[in-house]
Amino acid sequence: MSSTEDVQKTGPQAAPRDHVAPPADHSERAKTLVQRIADLRAWLFLAALVLAFEIWARYDFDGTFILNPYNLQSIAIFAVAPLLLASGQTFVIISGGIDLSLGFIMGLAAVVAAHVVNWTTPSLGMPLAVLAGALAGVAIAGVPGLINGLLVARLRVPPFIGTLGMFGVARGVAFLLAGGTVVPVQGNSFFSTLGNGRFHGVPYIVIVTIVFVLLMHYLLTQTRFGQHNYAIGANVQAARRAGINIKSHLTRLYVLSGICAGLAGVLYSARFNAGAAQAGEPLLLDSVAAVVIGGASLFGGSGTIFGTVAGALVIAVIQYGLVFINVEPFWQFISVGVVIIISVLIDQAQRRFSGGRVDE
Amino acid sequence: MSSAAQEPPILEVRNLSKHFGAIRALNDLSMSVHRGEVVALAGDNGAGKTTLIKTISGVFRPSSGEIFLNGQPVTFTTPQEARDRGIETIYQDLALADNLSIGANIFLGREPMKRLFGFVPILDRKAMADAARATMARLDFHVSRLEAPVSNFSGGQRQAVAIGRAVYWDAQILIMDEPTAALGVPEQRKVIALIHQLKAEGRGVIFISHNLQDIFAVADRIIVLRRGVMAGERRISETTHDEVVKLMVGGR
Ligand SMILES: Nc1ncnc2c1ncn2[C@@H]1O[C@H](COP(=O)(O)OP(=O)(O)OP(=O)(O)O)[C@@H](O)[C@H]1O
Ligand SMILES: [Mg+2]
Repeated sequence: MSSTEDVQKTGPQAAPRDHVAPPADHSERAKTLVQRIADLRAWLFLAALVLAFEIWARYDFDGTFILNPYNLQSIAIFAVAPLLLASGQTFVIISGGIDLSLGFIMGLAAVVAAHVVNWTTPSLGMPLAVLAGALAGVAIAGVPGLINGLLVARLRVPPFIGTLGMFGVARGVAFLLAGGTVVPVQGNSFFSTLGNGRFHGVPYIVIVTIVFVLLMHYLLTQTRFGQHNYAIGANVQAARRAGINIKSHLTRLYVLSGICAGLAGVLYSARFNAGAAQAGEPLLLDSVAAVVIGGASLFGGSGTIFGTVAGALVIAVIQYGLVFINVEPFWQFISVGVVIIISVLIDQAQRRFSGGRVDE
Repeated sequence: MSSAAQEPPILEVRNLSKHFGAIRALNDLSMSVHRGEVVALAGDNGAGKTTLIKTISGVFRPSSGEIFLNGQPVTFTTPQEARDRGIETIYQDLALADNLSIGANIFLGREPMKRLFGFVPILDRKAMADAARATMARLDFHVSRLEAPVSNFSGGQRQAVAIGRAVYWDAQILIMDEPTAALGVPEQRKVIALIHQLKAEGRGVIFISHNLQDIFAVADRIIVLRRGVMAGERRISETTHDEVVKLMVGGR
């Protein structure tokens, strides 16, 4: 283009920098390689952990850790609830928010599911009552999710504050509904059969979780909803200018996250044949940890469901593995806490390295 | 002005004012842009340049005055309405989602879908990548890795993505707030070349710049604002740097 040439000759100040090369492509490629490895870090970490426990098992008592199907099943069952909460949390954290209410939304759903199964078993029979209980548990979890969404999206309450408030509300309501104790499921053995049954050795609840997590992966990677979630997390202004309805997106987002916790609550009450308000109490930290270990940034804009799966497995392996090697259980908290901090530090370093925005 | 005067300007504003309380950010301003014309907006800090383009692009409602597109009066209550009518504004802070690819940015908010196995709706990433490749090639920007997030690209390339999005959606008027301000010199030239190309394609361009070099390199006309009013309007071929500077600072 001749006009380009003209432009290139304009201006004395332009001359000295004439030969500045555009950024070399290989440095870009190196960046993506680093990013790739960073994306996989949770899986690498998981492999290292498993290997460490395996070596311990061989060395200490000539046994095996990971090749024992009982251990595998236990870890998988262990990971179910944290992973379900974390899959919702992944969406929320990618959008640049956080959902602190998930643990007690799970408890609320567990209590409601148990109650509804108890109420409806006489009239509906066992299988239909289980269906009613499951639907009620998941649906009730959507309510605090919806309120979270409205607070964050319409009233512009920071997610940290809005969902912290909902943490308190859901907790109170869950304990009230449970009458302050655990709600046992009575007269419906079908519920607990589902909660503890296995298909070719794989627990049903693990199968349900795998299917649900695959759906969440699809939602995040293959739909507009997922695409907009990434865009909002990276640059909410850009998303708004592109015509994305931020309010409606955020509202649906927190409902989705509530529903994930609801499913976790239903599976909990099936597994333990009872609903408990405190069912998800210790899992909030685990859910955030799984997401962060899985490579999502707490600043929003990045993260994957498969990363979160690895993160949740890391936590489950640490927790189960420490029990396995007979360490005092309090070490679980310490080690999960340390892993979270290390993951955040890695994220910070990665952002600085790849030229992303880092909070000064 | 002879041939352009035949058909109505693609954009015309008449007696546009925008007041923020007591602040008269923009006062009784009239201007027009014709097809294939590049109009530069210049003026000191706080002169009202950004206010003018935000009023045109639907971010602000005018306090008074009218806006015409191809001779038809229009009112925009949101930027989306302006965009739907072919006015695309590219803001200084680059309205891109850094973590998404070029194609995803071009299609942000209107992503194409296809069906897997005939019934599972999924994002049509191939269509996005194809459009990205074609659009960037059309702008003479050749990028190799279409799947990479735009944060991996340079400032000029990102500016090109923003412009590419406007071009893909067939914007007739592109408004740019200091499109070269954050760029190094080679990249500034690339963007100037892009503006030349938009002009060659018959689009109208309004751009704000503090850089007279850029303005003289690419604009057909310059409009100088001072404290919210028109300090002067000149054809680039008939003015000089000195005259423009005098208009800006208010000397005679
Ligand atoms: N939203 C607003 N509310 C109140 N006053 C505003 C608003 N936007 C702009 N102004 C005022 O209007 C005047 C014109 O501002 P504007 O941003 O249009 O200037 P500008 O020419 O773009 O300046 P710059 O070169 O610094 O970008 C300034 O006095 C500014 O303080
Ligand atoms: Mg400005």
